[in-house]
Amino acid sequence: MAEIIDARGLSCPQPVLDALAAMNRLGSGSLEVLVDTEASKENVSRAAASKGWAVQVQDSAPGEYRLILSK
Amino acid sequence: MKNFFAGKWGIVVVGLAIGVLAPLLQFWGNPGNMGVCVACFERDMAGALGLHRADVVQYMRPEIIGFVLGSLFAALAARDFRPRAGSAPLVRFLLGVFAMIGALIFLGCPWRALLRLAGGDGNAIAGILGLVAGIWLGTRFLRAGFTLGRSQKTPAVAGLLLPLLMVLFLGLMLIYPQVENEPASGVLFYSLKGPGAQHAPLLLSLAAGLAIGALAQRSRFCTMGAFRDLLLFRQIHLLTGVLALVAAAFVVNLALGQFHPGVEGQPVAHTAQVWNFLGMVLAGLAFALAGGCPGRQLFMAGEGDGDAGVFVLGMIVGAAFAHNFGLASSPKGLGPHGLEAWVVGMVFCLGIGLFMRNRTQGA
Repeated sequence: MAEIIDARGLSCPQPVLDALAAMNRLGSGSLEVLVDTEASKENVSRAAASKGWAVQVQDSAPGEYRLILSK
Repeated sequence: MKNFFAGKWGIVVVGLAIGVLAPLLQFWGNPGNMGVCVACFERDMAGALGLHRADVVQYMRPEIIGFVLGSLFAALAARDFRPRAGSAPLVRFLLGVFAMIGALIFLGCPWRALLRLAGGDGNAIAGILGLVAGIWLGTRFLRAGFTLGRSQKTPAVAGLLLPLLMVLFLGLMLIYPQVENEPASGVLFYSLKGPGAQHAPLLLSLAAGLAIGALAQRSRFCTMGAFRDLLLFRQIHLLTGVLALVAAAFVVNLALGQFHPGVEGQPVAHTAQVWNFLGMVLAGLAFALAGGCPGRQLFMAGEGDGDAGVFVLGMIVGAAFAHNFGLASSPKGLGPHGLEAWVVGMVFCLGIGLFMRNRTQGA
């Protein structure tokens, strides 16, 4: 079961900060980040890609995204 | 759907577009090195509404109206309109108040700081350094777990309130248009001299505002975020947009004969460098804590973020305080009570940064 970070309702840069902290802590593996704005989706994806993590985006609910990060 | 404007080149294109439009707006009539200035223009709107009576800065700026509505239209078209609110509204309101006071000590928002630089105004350098210093302070708090908490989804009507307020302002301008040599028209005030009397034609201002609002909504253009992301994540994505803006504005200013290098006698500027720096430290810190520069707050408000709307209203009220109580600077230098306001603002922002820590997860 991957770790889940619920960043819904948080404004930038917090989703990115939380996701980066988790990526640094885990080092590798998989991680799910829940966000609810396009900007957060793009920012977390960009930060994850820059750290070498693969990003898969799923629409989890109307207006919400589940980002699955793996490395 | 792939969003070109959120990509590497998209943000550069948006920066270039703003960098071209802003000097053009000055060419068409806006004040010197003030083709676009969110703080100054919200201050002028506060004046147009009579919230302050500084008769040189009263004009309902259509650019600001366009920013919000352009963002709204772009967000609706891209299915990116997300009505939300409820994250520490009173804190955000007061951050808006003090952000405005800091910006009016310097005499400009971050956008204008960049445009002043691109117009040759050397006083902008101290302001930009102060902005970066203030944002750096903000990143220290973010690293330590600062948060304003989560927003909640709301019905669409709550997210539409600030755009509707802008429609109302535009309606007032059309019902009570400017009358030559009259300082007021109906409920609106119109400056007869000073920066408030200098403005591009309404339709050009509105069209440029709509275009910039739409582009900035798609790209998430943010001057505060540019420096914050560099300091916090070593990311230069947003910064490339800011650099493109400065480069384009510099070239267009040269082409239009609007580049006047120097420190003395610059338009709507003062040479008290310590206060240029400190004013923007306060503004930069407030923007960093609130999560966006004043432009970005308008674009977020357009895409349904009621908390950003509260920040915008805080800035407008802050402008009224600044001019009613002698807190704003003038070309002569610091206002009579600028120092006291700066101290109160810094105490407030530092206190918020220190005590608003309620991280539920993550770092």
